[in-house]
Amino acid sequence: MYIKLSQFAICMLLLGGMMAPAKAQAASAGAGNFAYGDAFLISIGILLLVVIAVAVSWLLVKTKAIASRENDIKEASKQTMLDAYLTNLDSGQIETLINVSRQKAAPGKGRHTKAKLLSLLTGLFLCGNSTALLAQPSNAASASLSSEGGIIITVVLILTPIVVGILLLVVKIINSLKQYQNKQNLAEAERLAAYLKTLPAEAITPELQKRKAALDFQLSHTELSGNLPAEDEIGLLNNIDHKAVLPIVAVKKKAQKRPNIDPQLSKLVLWYIGCATFWLLFGTTLGEYLGIKFVAPDADHFSWLSFGRLRPVHTNSVFWGWASLGMLGLGYYVVPRVSNTPLYSLKAAWYALYLINAAVIIGSISLMAGLNNGGGEYREYIWPIMLLFGIGLVLTLINYLKTIARRTTKEIYISNWYIVAAVMFALVIAVVAYVPLWQDGLGETIIQGYYMHQGVGMWFMLFTLGIVYYYLPQQLNKPIYSYSLGILAFWTQILFYTLIGTHHFVFSSIPWALQTVAIVGSAGMAIPVIAGTTNFLMTFKGAWHKIAGSYTLPFFLVGIVFYFTGSMQGTAEAFRSTNLIWHFTDFTVAHSHLTMYGIICFFLWAGMYAVIPRLTGKEPPQITVGAHFWLALIGLLFYTIPLMYGSTMKGLMWLEGKPFIEGVVFMAPFWLWRAIGGSLMWLSHLFFAYNFYRMIARNNTIDVKTKAFELLSQDIALNEEKELAG
Amino acid sequence: MDFFDNHKKLFWTAFLFFVVLTMLVAIFPALNNQRNYEPLPNAEPLSEDAIAGKAVFVANGCVACHTQQVRNVDMDKTWGERPSIAADYAGIHRTDFWRNTATLMGTERTGPDLTNIGNRQPSLDWNLVHLYNPRIVVKESVMPAYPWMFEVKKHPAEGDVVVNIPEEYLDGSAGKVVAKKEALQLVAYLQSLKQTKLPDGSPVPEFLYKRAPKAQPGAAGEEEQLDGASLYTANCQSCHQANGEGLKGAFPPLKGSKIVLDDNPELMVDIIMNGYSGRIQEGFGPMPAIGTTNNLKPEEIAAIMNHEKTSWGNNARKVTVDEIKKLIETVKVKSAQK
Repeated sequence: MYIKLSQFAICMLLLGGMMAPAKAQAASAGAGNFAYGDAFLISIGILLLVVIAVAVSWLLVKTKAIASRENDIKEASKQTMLDAYLTNLDSGQIETLINVSRQKAAPGKGRHTKAKLLSLLTGLFLCGNSTALLAQPSNAASASLSSEGGIIITVVLILTPIVVGILLLVVKIINSLKQYQNKQNLAEAERLAAYLKTLPAEAITPELQKRKAALDFQLSHTELSGNLPAEDEIGLLNNIDHKAVLPIVAVKKKAQKRPNIDPQLSKLVLWYIGCATFWLLFGTTLGEYLGIKFVAPDADHFSWLSFGRLRPVHTNSVFWGWASLGMLGLGYYVVPRVSNTPLYSLKAAWYALYLINAAVIIGSISLMAGLNNGGGEYREYIWPIMLLFGIGLVLTLINYLKTIARRTTKEIYISNWYIVAAVMFALVIAVVAYVPLWQDGLGETIIQGYYMHQGVGMWFMLFTLGIVYYYLPQQLNKPIYSYSLGILAFWTQILFYTLIGTHHFVFSSIPWALQTVAIVGSAGMAIPVIAGTTNFLMTFKGAWHKIAGSYTLPFFLVGIVFYFTGSMQGTAEAFRSTNLIWHFTDFTVAHSHLTMYGIICFFLWAGMYAVIPRLTGKEPPQITVGAHFWLALIGLLFYTIPLMYGSTMKGLMWLEGKPFIEGVVFMAPFWLWRAIGGSLMWLSHLFFAYNFYRMIARNNTIDVKTKAFELLSQDIALNEEKELAG
Repeated sequence: MDFFDNHKKLFWTAFLFFVVLTMLVAIFPALNNQRNYEPLPNAEPLSEDAIAGKAVFVANGCVACHTQQVRNVDMDKTWGERPSIAADYAGIHRTDFWRNTATLMGTERTGPDLTNIGNRQPSLDWNLVHLYNPRIVVKESVMPAYPWMFEVKKHPAEGDVVVNIPEEYLDGSAGKVVAKKEALQLVAYLQSLKQTKLPDGSPVPEFLYKRAPKAQPGAAGEEEQLDGASLYTANCQSCHQANGEGLKGAFPPLKGSKIVLDDNPELMVDIIMNGYSGRIQEGFGPMPAIGTTNNLKPEEIAAIMNHEKTSWGNNARKVTVDEIKKLIETVKVKSAQK
């Protein structure tokens, strides 16, 4: 707890340090023309100050109380105070007292605590100082970048963890105060003990002994059962197979094996997830290398590995290889399960797996060889390659639909709404993106804006939400909080998300009205996002304690947090004013990693850690799951936060009309941070791959007991044969 | 509810809802756009080399870092004379049977925008050196190097385009660096990227979000405020380098240059406004008419000239804006007479 909190405090201070120059920079940028967001930001600042003020004054009151108590003890008549303790003693205490009164030793003295109090107050003062530091960056950011809605939202998003941090600090201080109070109590206890020693024995003994006898009365526990030993006919008492070992990490709850899963389906799901894991390693190794290239552009001079060719290989392999196969694999488990019926066709599912893998393999090679579709992001694969992927999706869609059609439940569980809709929409998107009829000139760009964002929102996000609606309640062992909220989120997601595509081309030559529609749609996204987040968090309600005992729930929680912050950040980015600063910068890259990684990957990992042990009965080592989780999370933060800060500053430099190359030079340290964060993320994937291996690997260790009985039964069989032969 | 429990009704509704919205925000606007816009009448179609060069540009994923769109916001003025309009892209059609239309508008500006690069940096020599390894001419650049578009020949044949590469970038191989076909085609494409002038009389779209002019204490003469050094960085440095020493065998030094130190600034203004090819014999490439192509104002030119005249140990007489204004008129007339 201590270490965690101090680390947190350090992080907050670093954040503060990073934001302080933001003020100076922006002030020199002469952002005088921004004004109307001020009132709101000031009120946020005031709110923050109020929170801090309340916390500080509460602490003052508390410390004063402690100090006055110190004085009280000194001044008050010791006799009356100590006598109060004598009125309600328990049996053991009485016995001690009787013993002591026989011995009669000399009284000791309580220690002085003045020095300790002083040191505690110094600590408090330092804490107070640091809270002031914490408050400063948020105010600085709001006052300087006090421009527009988008920035306000971002500031609020950043402020939220800061306020939480302050609250955590307060909790910590309360704890140390409590400790101090306990010390005081200890001193008083010593005094009491000393006082008790001085009491005359004859005055109290008979009465106390009588009282003790009364207190010591106990039932024999055999009044009802009698004295005979229990007969353990069904092995409830004597069949406990548990060995306690010294754990290195906290022991988490084991997954439950489901005995009634078709082994063929298990195999299918595991192969999907296995292929996905391969593409994760492949794609992020490339991503890591691309990040390094920003720091060392002359790392290699091979045409196949040059930045422009490798970048789409990275994005496409993590999109179509890792995330898509991972989702489909988890979906193949969910769809039949919530329909309470077997999968319609295992064969079709295998073909889909082959086709999608083939698409990513051929696509990666063709991109590196220099054959691509023309530069639209995420549709770099030429149409024959994407066609393979498309056929895979068609097979999947038919398979899912036929399975649902044969369901034995009356209703269609909400997961299946999301999952089937995602597959349908992905097909629509692909057709719109690859049919050439409407793609002359700017038409291409309008379609591109639509395609790249629908790909993210209607394929990855919708499908993943479907997965969460199944696995989260399952892992919490309670139903989803609100079915209706899920339905609201479903329809509003379709309504608003479809509109927002062209917000990637704000201020371009795309019709102004279309850009405005996209911006309005982006703002509307608040509805499904808030509905979804609320739904998930409320499902956690009353089960928060389960997070500490589970290795899947932390992944869900991180996913939910980023689902909210990442999506709302997307809304903030879409406004014209924020677009002015952030568009074309690395902010987009940071955002796409916050969302695709923070939301999609974390949810997928959560689902995978939930389902694989159920299929194989084998658990990953907890310590490597922990390593995976923390490296991925910390890596993501190292990756995105410096990149967001740096690109904001770079955008401001562009606004000021600084020469372009100065922005490049300025970004260098932030690109380095990105490479460092990327390395941590990449390392976490190695852990994940190892965990996956551990969850599917055959167990080669010989279990002594099982083997012994196996040998024994062989022996018996042999003997029987001999007897028969004889 | 019956509706939610019937998979056909539920999924058909969701599907149609999505398709209708898709039509409204993507397909109809796209169709509308390609029906309503024609290329500008004076737009030049790409040459054969430039078309091949565009394919090289696409194949190497240059669009990952370079945009080709001037947005209608003031900060994008650096990249073109006017905001890009739909007509600028109307002439771009599907590449071939396998590949889609490539407007190459891009979404990331890790490197500079290229809409008008043919005007801003027309020099073949510079482009080839820069392609071979960008850090030869721009030390801070993070752009990839493309050495595989070049080959090293002991004895270049006639017609081979030899590129002057400093020794430390040659990895010890002896011989001359010769540009391969794809490098030349790529540069041809870059040189062809020029913003087409709008036909006379047609309304010019405005740049929005104008930068607020900095408040000035008194009228202390405009040349005082302009930062010659940063204008130099933006317009001149990629060839003549930050230290003013140019690049041996490619771009001449300004440090100690006779023309820069000359008391009479006329020739210098002439070179800036009309370009220069007087030192080709010495191996230096021709200088583009940077003042004209980059639309530099007389104040800006004066600031740049004064920066050059007083930096790197140069110590020449400073020029005034009025003087430069007059000289610009003079050299305009001169070049018209040529």
